[in-house]
Amino acid sequence: MTNDYGLINMKAVCWHGANDVRVETVPDPKILNPRDAIIKITSTAICGSDLHIYGDYIPTVQQGDIIGHEFMGEVVEVGRGVHNLKIGDRVVVPSTIGCGHCNYCQRDMWSLCDNSNPKGWMEEKLYGNITSAIYGYSHLLGGYAGAQAEYVRVPFADVGVLKVPRDIPDEMLLFISDAIPTGYMGAEFCDIQPGDTVAVWGCGAVGQFAMISAYMMGAERVIAIDRFPERLEMARKFAKAETINYEEVDAGEALKEMTGGRGPDACIDAVGLEAHGVGLEDFYDQTKQKLKLETDRPHVLRQMMVAARKGGTLSIMGVYGGFVDKMPFGAAINKALTFRMGQMHGQKYMHLLIQLVLDGKLDPSFVVTHKLPLEQAAHGYHIFQQKKDNCIKVVLKP
Amino acid sequence: MTATPGDRTNTNQGEASEAERWASLIGGGAMVLMGLRQGSLRGALTALAGGGLIYQGVTKQSTIQQAQEAIGMNKPIKVEKTVTINRPVDELYRFWHNFENLPTFMKHLKSVKVYNETRSHWIANAPLGNSVEWDADILEDRENQFISWASVANADVDNSGFVRFQKAPGDRGTEVKVVLEYNPPGGQLGAAIAKLFGEEPEQQIGDDLRRFKMLMEAGEIATTEGQPSGRQ
Ligand SMILES: [Zn+2]
Ligand SMILES: [Zn+2]
Repeated sequence: MTNDYGLINMKAVCWHGANDVRVETVPDPKILNPRDAIIKITSTAICGSDLHIYGDYIPTVQQGDIIGHEFMGEVVEVGRGVHNLKIGDRVVVPSTIGCGHCNYCQRDMWSLCDNSNPKGWMEEKLYGNITSAIYGYSHLLGGYAGAQAEYVRVPFADVGVLKVPRDIPDEMLLFISDAIPTGYMGAEFCDIQPGDTVAVWGCGAVGQFAMISAYMMGAERVIAIDRFPERLEMARKFAKAETINYEEVDAGEALKEMTGGRGPDACIDAVGLEAHGVGLEDFYDQTKQKLKLETDRPHVLRQMMVAARKGGTLSIMGVYGGFVDKMPFGAAINKALTFRMGQMHGQKYMHLLIQLVLDGKLDPSFVVTHKLPLEQAAHGYHIFQQKKDNCIKVVLKP
Repeated sequence: MTATPGDRTNTNQGEASEAERWASLIGGGAMVLMGLRQGSLRGALTALAGGGLIYQGVTKQSTIQQAQEAIGMNKPIKVEKTVTINRPVDELYRFWHNFENLPTFMKHLKSVKVYNETRSHWIANAPLGNSVEWDADILEDRENQFISWASVANADVDNSGFVRFQKAPGDRGTEVKVVLEYNPPGGQLGAAIAKLFGEEPEQQIGDDLRRFKMLMEAGEIATTEGQPSGRQ
């Protein structure tokens, strides 16, 4: 391909404010650095954490930003520093951007990369350090154009990008970009021992893959917590989980009853900062968040701290952006809980995960409930956020 | 100034011995930092280059200070920042030692031309489309450890700085510490270049060092400039 991408216009999903995304015509991405590649996107998903952007809960997203970070496609152009990819290669790209050469990348902690965020000073001020950039996930996290588009620029394309075979459908490979390694890492953090019970809050794609991974790592029981019947049904059917609908029963009480009064050995948060609770506590968080007195609603975190067994582990994969409030920290210290958390290190897990797919041990395509043309992205965001039409996972086709 | 001459003598003696104590503990870098605390990096660097004349170094700066006070200038602008880079000390030292490399990651610099072993010519972008130039001399150069430099007399911007390279613990690479100081001159030009390092000099130097780290570790400087958005 000899395209001058700057002269061609592509379609992309641009954010314009709370609950307002539009598919617009923008210039194609260009190679900006030697280690860049340009990928023509064949499939891109709306991730649950994109809903935090959609709802305007992530600071430093700007009007006009292209969003999206779960994607796969075909290489159409490579920079002069990329020698292991060639035009026509089919690839899955991890959602967190790692340089491959800093101390963190070299220790397989790719989402902590020192070098991928060009606007690090912002994050350093807020978080004290700089973490890796994520495609289309605010200027705090790098300000890279996202992947819900026809083309995307992939920096540091000579590391981390996974070449995949041609003869497997996109839906079996796409989630290796983001949702599967997130769920897998969430389960790995639980350090599962034989006989363990793992409770997973949130039955979206990440939650489903966390449950499947927990069983793969030897969990005896997996209990899923959500409020939407179709998501709980998916957890029962595909992830073989027992389920709790927290709108029907008190999840904390139910977990205790189901675990002989002990509480789950490990708890995975696959929900994040927009958690819904019930009653006064939920009202408190919703109000404070609207008044910008706290940025995140930590309902799941609070419930996990109280529900976990003594000495248990909390594994937090749901995204939090800033400040949480009213944490029962007394429970955490007195019960000697272990907290593990982080954005996923996709590059660490992708090779293992593709092998599971190729060996027929994992078919991730069950999470897809909607396939839409890219032009219908706004509709996709709407039904995913409102959980209309039994929507669990939307894949956009450019 | 409210201190009596007697007080000042005591203070100076105290500081000198403190400086010596530090110097004997951890060497030149500490002396430089002591000098910084005193108000002039150049004084400390000159003392260092002069062969450990610590006390003179610390007091020498008072002439600069007095001169500044006499013409009603602002305080010197000082910044210091440290970054850990996952590369060996000698590689980083070599790259930095060629000052002509500095503009690749120091945004305020337009160019640096090296004349000889010690002297170089610097051109910096100043605000409002201005640029300022000066000659600088290397004051002290310890291989794989430390480089210090200062502008020569009558520079547009009287400035000085040093970089220190130290092996990080474990195999984490090298800790690179940079300290810069400059005295904005008076007058109109002075007002224009007072913000040579931007609104927040600490952040500017932090960004510069981060770009240095990106360049040395990743081989390129991460950027999003020139990418598409729905704003065009
Ligand atoms: Zn995601
Ligand atoms: Zn890195």
